[in-house]
Amino acid sequence: MVGFILRRMLLFIPTLLFISILVFFLIQLPPGDFLDTLILRMQEGGSSVDAETEAVLRERYALDQPFLIQYGRWVGTIIIEGDFGRSFNWNRPVSDLIWSRLGWTMLISIGSILFTWALAFPIAIYSATNQYSFFDYFFSFVGFVGLAIPNFLLALVLMWIGFSVFGVSMGGLFSSEYRDAAWSIDKFLDFMSHLWVPIVVLGTAGTAGLIRTMRANLLDELNKPYVEAARAKGLRERRLVWKYPVRVALNPFISSLATLLPSMISGATIVSVVLGLPTTGPLMLDALLEQDMFLAGSFLLMLSFFTLVSTLISDILLLLVDPRIRLE
Amino acid sequence: MREHRSEPIADGALTKVEERQLTASQWQLIWWRFRRHRAAMISLAVLILFYFIAAFAGFFAPRDPTRIDAQFAQAPPQPLVFYDEAGWHFPPIVYGYVGERDPKTLRKFYRVSADDRQQIRFFVKGDPYTLFGLIESDIHLIGLDDPTQPLFLVGTDLLGRDMLSRIIYGGQISLTVGLIGVFLSLILGILLGSVSGYYGGWIDVVIQRLIEVLRSIPTIPLWLTLSAALPRDLTQLQMYFGITVILSFIGWTEVARVVRGKFMSLRNEDFVLAARTIGTPRFRIIYRHMVPSFISHLIAALTLALPIMILSETALSFLGLGLRPPTISWGTLLDGTQNLTAIAITPWLLIPVMPIIFTVLAFNFVGDGLRDAADPYA
Repeated sequence: MVGFILRRMLLFIPTLLFISILVFFLIQLPPGDFLDTLILRMQEGGSSVDAETEAVLRERYALDQPFLIQYGRWVGTIIIEGDFGRSFNWNRPVSDLIWSRLGWTMLISIGSILFTWALAFPIAIYSATNQYSFFDYFFSFVGFVGLAIPNFLLALVLMWIGFSVFGVSMGGLFSSEYRDAAWSIDKFLDFMSHLWVPIVVLGTAGTAGLIRTMRANLLDELNKPYVEAARAKGLRERRLVWKYPVRVALNPFISSLATLLPSMISGATIVSVVLGLPTTGPLMLDALLEQDMFLAGSFLLMLSFFTLVSTLISDILLLLVDPRIRLE
Repeated sequence: MREHRSEPIADGALTKVEERQLTASQWQLIWWRFRRHRAAMISLAVLILFYFIAAFAGFFAPRDPTRIDAQFAQAPPQPLVFYDEAGWHFPPIVYGYVGERDPKTLRKFYRVSADDRQQIRFFVKGDPYTLFGLIESDIHLIGLDDPTQPLFLVGTDLLGRDMLSRIIYGGQISLTVGLIGVFLSLILGILLGSVSGYYGGWIDVVIQRLIEVLRSIPTIPLWLTLSAALPRDLTQLQMYFGITVILSFIGWTEVARVVRGKFMSLRNEDFVLAARTIGTPRFRIIYRHMVPSFISHLIAALTLALPIMILSETALSFLGLGLRPPTISWGTLLDGTQNLTAIAITPWLLIPVMPIIFTVLAFNFVGDGLRDAADPYA
């Protein structure tokens, strides 16, 4: 068990290394290095970079060196100094810009996962125990529709309804009067009144898939002889369902952590642009449109890092919950 | 032979139906089972219709999708009128529009003039178009006698281009992006998955690691980064292929995983062993014996992957990092709907999401039906 976890964690390192190489390759893809772009920018803006600063930056990011050395320098400064490079668009270190945004992204993604679970769990159990009933069909239809409507459209429509029916602006995470205020009960309530929009929008897409897997698993389980035996012994239906089949069918919930988090992060990127949330999405999109590759690359790297961690956690949880996996 | 056996036979022999079931090919069985899934059958019909319309877009679109009619910019949809005080109309009519400006806000709006009845006709001459780059024509399914008069059944965009025609033309791109993307995923996935599953060892380890890496990067940010890295000066066609390649960048990993899993289990089956003992080359074993035994599962999986690609193209184009105007796709048509004010003034610009939703739903149902039917021997 401990051995498995350790091995799993060791695998984490080469995977992360692989990802960082890929990300760095992507950062390098657009023509010219970031310093050329920076100098061009400054000249357009009427100022210039003095030769000394240029030389220092060139040296620091090893821009004249071959790919692998540049990569090594990039990774090195991230690990040792927490320096992700410079955003030429903002003319600030990337690390100044990303952390708070990553925080919001994670908060919204995790909130959406909890919402998805809270929604999918009862529906899946109901659908499986009442197979082919009206609500079984109803939920699977709603789930399919939720799957088919693009996230950003749902966000737009919700905003539009909020705006035209209730006369409130649902964009952002805070109303304007609370944006810079210190945390208080009122600010928290205001925050909660904004937070549900992205969480509901993101949650609808993932729920359908989860309901389907859980329903299928539970149905498989309910048709097994041990359930029949328990029923023959006169066990009450509720106890019968909850005692074992539900527990066994819970596995997709735990393993869904590994697939839901990346998809939530993905979805949050677009939804945040539409809703104007202070998450990674809008800033990353801007960075990409401006070819501010260090900033964009850092976001990509960190988002992938969180995904990897979530996979690791879900693997370990699965191991704890389901002893059968331990034996394999 | 056949007439011979179709006579009623003695006890213990097979009925006609049973015999047909036993001799039917794998695909025949899949089709029979698929036919029982009603939602999947309806969806299949819808999809065929959509692709047919997209193929003959020039004929089905009432206008040239690029024709700018500034006089009728941002005109709302014209309702079809089947009945009014003048009696029944078939084919229906539309009322003409008179553009006016609000004297205070200077915003343009359109007044319906009920006296100006425009008769819709079938197979009328209109804007010229070319089908499949070969056949030139100017016959449209529907149109007015006077092609300069407005016929905007779902309204017009900012420049006064007909939204219906643009949606129909947009289908050409949006419906094929996913198809080509899925095809590329299939080729790449089968290739790498079969190599990984058949050979095992270090090749397997490397490919599996690569798949794990790609899958742990959140897709939308990755796609955004990749498409931002595409050069800006690509032609429309190059851009289109660039996007399909990017979309299949992740898709193949799923295929490869399924293929590898199947390979692992099939490798020790008797028929593979038999093929190996008579000296069949490895390549032939893989593609003649192993791939056909799980291809139906793959197709089902890919049908379910297709709608995701269509949605992704839409999302990328919506964000301005996918296809760009003047390319017409369902995503680029939604380009102008990013802010609330635009939607409040011209809500019909959101209509392109309807075909997206229908297509995605239809592919999901077809995929569902295929998955149920994929293993007819079960």
